[in-house]
Amino acid sequence: MDIMPKWADVVLIPLISLILAAILSALVILAIGESPTNALKLMIDGALGSTYGWGYTLYYATNFIFTGLAVSIAFHARMFNIGGEGQAMIGGLGVAVVCLFIPWPHWSLALIGGAVAAGLFGAAWAAIPAYLQAKRGSHIVITTIMFNFIAAALLNYLLIGVLKPKGSMEPATGKFPEATHLPNMHEVLGTFGIEFSKAAPANISFFVAVAACVAVWALIWKTKLGYEIRAFGHSESAAKYAGISPTKIIMVSMLISGALAGMMAINNVQGEAERLVLNAVEGAGFIGIAVALMGRSHPFGVFLAAILFGFLYQGGAELALWTKIPREMIVVIQALVILFTGALDNMVRMPLERMFLAAKRRKKEAV
Amino acid sequence: MDLLTLLQMLDSTMRLATPLLLACLAGLYSERAGIFDIGLEGKMLAAAFLSAAVAYSTGSAWLGLLAGIGASLALSGIHGLASITFRGNQLISGVAINFLAAGLTVVVAQSWFGQGGRTPQLAGAARFEPITLPFAEALRDIPVLGPIYYELISGHTALVYIALLLVPVTWWVLYATRFGLRMRAVGENPAAVDTAGVSVIGLRYAAVLICGVLCGIAGAYLATALQAGFVKDMSAGRGFIALAALIFAKWRPWAVLYACLLFGFLQALALRPDVIEGVLGFKVNGQLLDVLPYILTVIILAGFVGKAIPPRAGGEPYVKER
Repeated sequence: MDIMPKWADVVLIPLISLILAAILSALVILAIGESPTNALKLMIDGALGSTYGWGYTLYYATNFIFTGLAVSIAFHARMFNIGGEGQAMIGGLGVAVVCLFIPWPHWSLALIGGAVAAGLFGAAWAAIPAYLQAKRGSHIVITTIMFNFIAAALLNYLLIGVLKPKGSMEPATGKFPEATHLPNMHEVLGTFGIEFSKAAPANISFFVAVAACVAVWALIWKTKLGYEIRAFGHSESAAKYAGISPTKIIMVSMLISGALAGMMAINNVQGEAERLVLNAVEGAGFIGIAVALMGRSHPFGVFLAAILFGFLYQGGAELALWTKIPREMIVVIQALVILFTGALDNMVRMPLERMFLAAKRRKKEAV
Repeated sequence: MDLLTLLQMLDSTMRLATPLLLACLAGLYSERAGIFDIGLEGKMLAAAFLSAAVAYSTGSAWLGLLAGIGASLALSGIHGLASITFRGNQLISGVAINFLAAGLTVVVAQSWFGQGGRTPQLAGAARFEPITLPFAEALRDIPVLGPIYYELISGHTALVYIALLLVPVTWWVLYATRFGLRMRAVGENPAAVDTAGVSVIGLRYAAVLICGVLCGIAGAYLATALQAGFVKDMSAGRGFIALAALIFAKWRPWAVLYACLLFGFLQALALRPDVIEGVLGFKVNGQLLDVLPYILTVIILAGFVGKAIPPRAGGEPYVKER
């Protein structure tokens, strides 16, 4: 029996959680002697006040859509993929390899090539933890955490070794060839006659991310596989009884999850940096957790939450520029969002459920 | 390699293993009671910051230690509230705690000291000083045993000895006390404990708070003993290595000691590439040594070298039947 109407579960609870996180963040800002209203104004101005700001907001949002979708598809199979960070790093490696070693004739082909490589590399990095979970019962959270560290070390090793061009001192690959460079928002929207900042890093992969949202939605709610994943997530024993193989679901959902996290690399590596640098992911894999929780694991929710976090990221950078509030404030906000929408979900839910129950009872008595 | 180099290596193993050991024992209490804790890292970091800040302000390392424990306990309280009282997801709560600590330490440090998210350098009584054990100087010249006593056993800070002492204490608490028995039971089968009329919630809170105290000591050790002050992200993944060590040790106190010493030794090796080259005759990649704990843990988890089976009720919130 549903105690609450669906809209309360989908809209009201995340909204209240978000407001709680915002209140606490405002208190932190107040405590360090800055004005929260001023901070909010600066953030809105900096992130949404110009196409330049929007360009950054959408660029970050693109990363978060991919990692958010990655975490949510694993959530649907009741698995917690905390390894998005490592999978995105390895996805970047895939992009770097195909961009550097294959002579692409045109960016459109390079985009497809990059996306496929990023997805395959990311999926491969998720495959071992998934296999160990499915066959050996080792906890996916622990193994994916370990694989994040292993990925960072591997990348570090490659970037100061074989992938570094001769004579360079920097731990990074060389610049990708011209033909692999993706058109940015300025060029994409310019063809439709819309003015957009030239300097902002948002690029065509934003539309790939939006397409990925639609694809994930179709997969989860419109296909047999999606049904199996959801069934498995609701009840493993029931799914087994219905003839759904747990091994298959764990493997497939984790592979898709890893592929999505890896595909983030077409945005940050191929689209923005146009080479692979150390720490290219910048924690976006972890933000995917907050985005998936906030978006209730629904692709549309993930899209909205990713835009919100894109705004927070770009706004936070502006704050660090103009006030004494350091960039790490964003990490605090992110932590609070994860705490309230994820771990303390019941704290918001229980009183709300009680309220709705009371309201229902009153209505009955009135009749 | 001569004896002195070996002793130096083991000495730095001891120093580097201490924070791992404290955090690992912390995780052992929590997980044995059925509360997964991937927030060890965050609790250590918060404790490191507050201990350094208070030690700097008061000039007392011991007051710093208390403040560090306080910071860690506060985060433990959140973890308990989320995972015991509100029956939320323990893993998500741990992730949140890690980020909360990573962000808040820098934000607060920046506004408190204005030095780019760090505390000023600690000196004098604001740091834990090495303790020279009795007769260490006198016995120093005895061949072999003298240097072992002087270099390896003597000359650590108080927290190192506390950490070592906590291993037998934990073993005793876990296997020889009523509290330990109940705690282990609550991690395996909370319903049985509940039926026996013992509070599951009380036991789990107790375990989570013990975990907070130990993580607090670990963090304070980092900032006020191993190093002289707090810098951003100074826990540097130690909480996760401790988690790895806990699995490696299969949730048993003595094995925890050996696992932490092994991982501490790997960290000590990574700091001395010259020694590795001298002994093995070839270079070993430092990155490889850094990730070896994680790789070893994955191998253990894969079940190729004995199976690591976590406490059965781990990660499951307990819902009383009505």
